[in-house]
Amino acid sequence: MRDLSTINGLLAVATGWLIIGGLGILFPRRFTLISRVLFPLGAVLGLALACLALTGIAGEVQTIILPLGLPDLPFHLRLDGLSGFFLLLLGAASAGISTYAAGYFRKGGGTAPGLQCLLYHVFLASMAFVMLADDGYAFMVAWETMALTSFFLVTSEHRHAEIRRAGYLYLLVAHVGAVGILLSFGVMAGSAGDYTFDAMREFFHHGAWPTIAFLLAVFGFGAKAGVLPLHIWLPEAHPAAPSPVSAMMSGVMLKTAIYGLMRVTFDLLQAQLWWWGLILLLFGLASAIFGVIFSAIQTDMKRLLAYSSIENIGLILVGFGLAIIFKSFLLPHLAALALTATLYHCLNHAFFKSLLFLCTGSVLHATGERNLGKLGGLIHRMPWVTWLALAGVLASAGLPPLNGFVSEWLLLQSFLFTSGLPHGYLNMLLPVVAAALALIAALAGFAMVKFFGVVFLGQPREEKLAAAHDAGRLERLGLLWLAVGCVALGLLPNLVIMMLDPVTRLLVHSGLSAAASSHGWWLLAPISEDRASYSPAIFFGSIALFMPLVFWLVRRRYHGRMSRVPAWDCGFPLQTSRMQDTAEGFGQPIRRVFSPFFKRTREHPSAFDTQPRYLSIVEDPIWYWLYVPITRIVEFGTRLIAFLQEGRIAVYLLYSFATLIILLVLTRG
Amino acid sequence: MNFYALFAQLLELIVALILAPMLTGWVNQCRAWMQNRSAPPLLQTYYTLSKLFHKDVLLAHNASTLFRAAPYIVFSCMALASAIVPTLSTELIFSPAADAIALVGLFALARIFISLAGMDVGTSFGSLGSRREMFIGFLAEPALLMVFFTASLISHSTSLATIVETLAHKEFAIYPSLAFSGIAFMMVSLAENARVPIDNPTTHLELTMIHEAMILEYSGRHLALIEWASCLKLFAYSCLGIALFFPFGVAQAFDPIALTLASAILVAKLALGGFTLALIETLSAKMRVFRAPEFLGTAFLLAVLAMLVHLLLEAGR
Repeated sequence: MRDLSTINGLLAVATGWLIIGGLGILFPRRFTLISRVLFPLGAVLGLALACLALTGIAGEVQTIILPLGLPDLPFHLRLDGLSGFFLLLLGAASAGISTYAAGYFRKGGGTAPGLQCLLYHVFLASMAFVMLADDGYAFMVAWETMALTSFFLVTSEHRHAEIRRAGYLYLLVAHVGAVGILLSFGVMAGSAGDYTFDAMREFFHHGAWPTIAFLLAVFGFGAKAGVLPLHIWLPEAHPAAPSPVSAMMSGVMLKTAIYGLMRVTFDLLQAQLWWWGLILLLFGLASAIFGVIFSAIQTDMKRLLAYSSIENIGLILVGFGLAIIFKSFLLPHLAALALTATLYHCLNHAFFKSLLFLCTGSVLHATGERNLGKLGGLIHRMPWVTWLALAGVLASAGLPPLNGFVSEWLLLQSFLFTSGLPHGYLNMLLPVVAAALALIAALAGFAMVKFFGVVFLGQPREEKLAAAHDAGRLERLGLLWLAVGCVALGLLPNLVIMMLDPVTRLLVHSGLSAAASSHGWWLLAPISEDRASYSPAIFFGSIALFMPLVFWLVRRRYHGRMSRVPAWDCGFPLQTSRMQDTAEGFGQPIRRVFSPFFKRTREHPSAFDTQPRYLSIVEDPIWYWLYVPITRIVEFGTRLIAFLQEGRIAVYLLYSFATLIILLVLTRG
Repeated sequence: MNFYALFAQLLELIVALILAPMLTGWVNQCRAWMQNRSAPPLLQTYYTLSKLFHKDVLLAHNASTLFRAAPYIVFSCMALASAIVPTLSTELIFSPAADAIALVGLFALARIFISLAGMDVGTSFGSLGSRREMFIGFLAEPALLMVFFTASLISHSTSLATIVETLAHKEFAIYPSLAFSGIAFMMVSLAENARVPIDNPTTHLELTMIHEAMILEYSGRHLALIEWASCLKLFAYSCLGIALFFPFGVAQAFDPIALTLASAILVAKLALGGFTLALIETLSAKMRVFRAPEFLGTAFLLAVLAMLVHLLLEAGR
């Protein structure tokens, strides 16, 4: 009898989430029960899931068959390194988010708390099932459940028209994507028609079929991940959703798409072609550049973070594409390096982006404002949120010694090896991609300084901000968990890399554990110490030692005298909070330098206007280049066949009858 | 524990901390000579720092803890940066702790903290300075990283110590890629150290300030630390330029004579570098802020070109 304890444990956790959701809907009015018992319980289950998944990564493959579903079509579940890693990500991030959500959801307008609890926990459980599924049927059921529950969560505040619109857009893109995934599974199942993943792994494909399956999967999962040009739902849905839901969607749900794509590419398809990697890399690069430029000019704080998520997904795909390229040129060790960077970045992004989204939630609760132009100075009112957000901001900007830097460092290291690829132009062009990555990292820093500086620093831009209050205890605890995660993932890279080793061994048949374990926990040297090394512990330790030392020396040698005075500002006498940079002002250099990327509508008054009006709207050009033409084509097509719509039932019955006859004729032979 | 490495590390840190203000003083002196002004003494920067340390801090009402912590963070970052760059010796305790990419990250960390501090009080000039600093930063940082990439491709390593060892010990050969990246590096250093033609360290004219606008609200010991950190940054960049493009004379093994010699050579190179900087500043005029993208874009393209040249022409070597 094989050991099935881990997968059974994981199933129990997922079932536990479903039960919590059920209890929530049974007692929809018991607000205290829901917020003080059910959500914290969900967080504990998340922690349990993370621990179980951690043992599952290194453990043996475990499979079970659930006697659910349709007759003769049971659910196959399977736990291996890849699903274990993503379940760990889900569990660890959801522990923080659920704790925060316990304090966040309030009574009031929108969806009732009991229903919210049900949807939220079914959403969590469906993500767990997506990662455990081992046949196309179970995968699609879980995937659709995930899409639907998240749609209802996004439209919690369904009384606002723009939120309904955002939700509709999300649902539409999610389902267009789901069609792509379904078709991809269909291609992979081949003529045998067996939709279990085991059968797909065994099935031998001829000619272009693997490529078609791969491209369909890129389309389908890309729609979920928010890859350019299918990203349009992301900046609409994230601001619309309640903050814990945004955090969950951005931090975890986007990663399910990465998981799915990895499953298809490395596991279900036997061999990869190098130009698949190039395609992923280019799409990823485009998304990353586009995302970061747009995030730097946003004026809505959640929209800013949503574009930043597009950027990070882009970076993940760049690493993923590079791993495919290395693997297809039979360089498994380098593929492992690139893949480690990719998976590491998935984990990092789950932590810091969830943290930042939750921080915006606290700001939203305290002030009722999402617009950067109406915030400011919150460091004095909300110190907890501010300092924890700072950790997220530094991690997101890819600064040492936090976690964002480690994955960026690993990714840049793997790009340094591309010049050794045995392919004419590729080895010349890929190092240039590293230049683009450097630009993206620097722009991310710009966007994050803008976000943090405008929201938390400076003077309050509105009167009402003086009444802002800090986050509650449970909210702080959730934020703290994620912030500590950012720091720990940054300071202990070797442990993370050792943990990732079974995953890369499964996918590209090589790992970095030998290099990671040979230098002690404090020194990261993925190839060799001569080649490259980075030690976050020494890095952090020396700054942390040096700072108090300087402080003490200065105080001791000189003095600590200080007095409070009005701000100097070059002697300028009249200062109001209106004179600070707004979000628009801060983004102005970006608008100017990258003007070809934007669609801009501007209206400047003439010098003689007595009532001057300024107008400047910056929009996503992809709407106009891609989606508006598509809509036109669809409208044109519907007008062409509109004459079929008679409005009389007899005519419709005739259509059905004719279809039936035609089908019978076609299938006769 | 390797005692030589520890000793060399401490020596380098102390040399950096002590010599950095003098380098700034030397540049100011040279510039004054070239502009036919009577020059301030070489030790003027020390006098200024000492004066600032003695003064009381005047803190704006709205200033937060972040504002007060930032000078210490920035100073520590710059001290660490100047300790990482292998100038006297390549055997350093810190050298495995941070490679070239981490060094860029360290500069970025300092920049982000100083920019946030600039926004903290909430004055018009402060946030203007922060915005411009981040703007210059995001243009300069990739160019700097590309310069390092070329050097890493030549020496097959991103570790600064290995890069310097490789470049110092290659038989004398002209690398066209290094020439390109050398120019790119010089342009980036001008921008990053708030020098003409991007910024002017002596200006207080409102519309042209970048670095000075951010630190307007600082006074007393905080300002002293920031000024000292700027000196350290200039020192670290000069040493980086020396280490990458003129690495001859760096001590490698345990040898006190070599270390002394290395120090003497370093001072001579720094004096020459400072003179060149003063010359550039005297001969060029400050640009408008929105000419900066062209300037730094050129630097970026030169650095990328350097990498391509290396891959095309020198890949076999």
